[in-house]
Amino acid sequence: MAIDTQAAVATAPGPGPRRRRGGIRSNENLAGWLFVAPVIAILGLFLLLPILMALWVSLTDWNGQGTPFTGDVPFVGAHNYTQLFTEDGLARRDFMTSIRNNIYYVAIVVPAQTVLALGLALVVNNRMLKGKSFFRSAFYFPSVTSSVAISVVFLFLFANSGAVNALLGFAGIDGPEWFADSRGVLHLLFGVVGVDSPPAALADGGPFGLTWWDWLAGPSVAMISIITLVIWTTSGTFMLMFLAGLQNVPVTLDEASTLDGASRWQRFRHVTLPLLRPTTFLVLTLGMIGSWQVFDQVYVMSQGDPAKTTLTPAYLSYRTAFRDFDYGSGAAISFVLFLIIIVLTLIQRRVLAERDTDRPRRGWWRRRVPERS
Amino acid sequence: MAVLTDRPATAPARRDERAARTLATRFLGYATLVFFGLVFLYPFVIQIGNSLKTEPDAAANPLSPFPDPLTLAGFERIFAGTNFPLWLGNSLLVTVLVTLGRVFFDSLAGYALARLRFRGRSGLFAAVIAVMAVPGVVLLIPKFLVLNQLGIYNSYAGLVVPLLADAAGVFIMKQFFESIPVSVEEAARIDGASIFRTFWSVVLPMAKPALITLTILSFQGSWNEFPHSLVSVQDPDLFTLPRGLADLVSGSLGSGTQYPLKLGAALLATIPVAIIFVVFQRYFVRDANDGSDKG
Repeated sequence: MAIDTQAAVATAPGPGPRRRRGGIRSNENLAGWLFVAPVIAILGLFLLLPILMALWVSLTDWNGQGTPFTGDVPFVGAHNYTQLFTEDGLARRDFMTSIRNNIYYVAIVVPAQTVLALGLALVVNNRMLKGKSFFRSAFYFPSVTSSVAISVVFLFLFANSGAVNALLGFAGIDGPEWFADSRGVLHLLFGVVGVDSPPAALADGGPFGLTWWDWLAGPSVAMISIITLVIWTTSGTFMLMFLAGLQNVPVTLDEASTLDGASRWQRFRHVTLPLLRPTTFLVLTLGMIGSWQVFDQVYVMSQGDPAKTTLTPAYLSYRTAFRDFDYGSGAAISFVLFLIIIVLTLIQRRVLAERDTDRPRRGWWRRRVPERS
Repeated sequence: MAVLTDRPATAPARRDERAARTLATRFLGYATLVFFGLVFLYPFVIQIGNSLKTEPDAAANPLSPFPDPLTLAGFERIFAGTNFPLWLGNSLLVTVLVTLGRVFFDSLAGYALARLRFRGRSGLFAAVIAVMAVPGVVLLIPKFLVLNQLGIYNSYAGLVVPLLADAAGVFIMKQFFESIPVSVEEAARIDGASIFRTFWSVVLPMAKPALITLTILSFQGSWNEFPHSLVSVQDPDLFTLPRGLADLVSGSLGSGTQYPLKLGAALLATIPVAIIFVVFQRYFVRDANDGSDKG
């Protein structure tokens, strides 16, 4: 924000024009408000106002009949929130299951898409290769297509007799029935080492109404297909961000370290990666913010099934409101999710602001790189 | 690399080794590019191929891009057996209106925030930044509530009006307007042109690159928009393409998996964005890079 005020100062007219303009200042005041009026009206009416309305609804038991803004609708206070955290029951079980599912989803999607995006950016940025712009576009294309249309394609790829199972067949693996398989991947791994049923210590007593064994299920096989889809669609976008970041790595620095005898891995580890730190942080946080919002893919591919293992908070809030007609609980889930995302966003903005104030130091550092030409 | 030659320490043997390593790097680089090119593009190839297959063929040879026999039955059924033409019409209407609205309203607001000095401007800009952080999925229930309350749930108005402006577009336009020199506008203003006139016939023509970017983003965004149509309409006559597609998949088709038909419908929904992407690629790319600067 500091930058914007500076820019405003810089564009302000000098003393000459300012005197002339003094007379039409009020004019500009009116015009300014008229210019922003449509945007204020639309965003106010369809974004801010509805959030306040939903805040009210989350304190009631409105069932979708008539309007929630009359005295007839039962006011329940914070009950819709407390039942998500402190009361044993179906609402809490479902909510905590969705949180668990989303945590595993984030834990796989964010690192995987970040590493893949960085790898793709490094290859596409290689000066020795030709045809890079074609591949850059190819990697980015999935990001611009419709999430619903892509989900349809992946439904086919992961079908029982689909392309993925056909590929696995070549390797001699009998592929699973992806969208019917609710087994957790970690449970499957435990099974490999002989732990098929929950050990007594994990069978009950976990936090928030789920047993430890349930918390440790890992993403289900069905969720893995959604995870694959999301990594595949988002990596291209983040690759572009890394490419932009790589343009800030001075070529001279790379050459200097080569002359000093640094291996490729050393150059990557000690020169490129540190310089990409801000971009990496941006990609990680944007990834986390985005992964808590997964909705379209769940709606199209699995509707939260099998056995609620692809349920996410976003989809659960939709389902609670529009399928079970419990708008109060649905809205409460939305606000909890909102809180999670806002906290992540604030962390990101704070760190990015710090990075901006760090800039001079980086300039100083770059100037120390010996010029060679 | 040329720098290396003036280093006496570089023996010919080391140079050969370097050349071999360069070759190996190139080979590895191309192999990686081709492998990931396949990973990212082959699903689309499979989609096209299988949309032209018969259902048993698609089930038996899902990996093959070549239909045997080739049939247009899937596409015929898309147009004869589903509401696809209606969804297409609705999507076109919504996309055109939303794009026009966004380009116009976002540039007006962006210009005001960049150039006009009015009370409350910095507060408004902070609000725009804050609004950009509001995640779309938490707005599902809120949007339904307000549309219901205003009596435009289940109508074209409900489908279009809430999308007519977006904070990110305002932000893009503001940043752009700040980057063009103020002197031209001042000349126009001194000549007595009104503020709107200056904006419309002097500033806007200079903002062509930003306007193209915004048009493309709005087009792509509203063409692909799914959650909003989910909570703003219920009547199948008002479905847009993504909504109709989702409906097809969730089993409104009846018997069989009907993958050729579904893949064909998804393909038709992807083509417009694909064309825009190929033609206006650099605008897509630039936007993503801008995003990395601002966060």
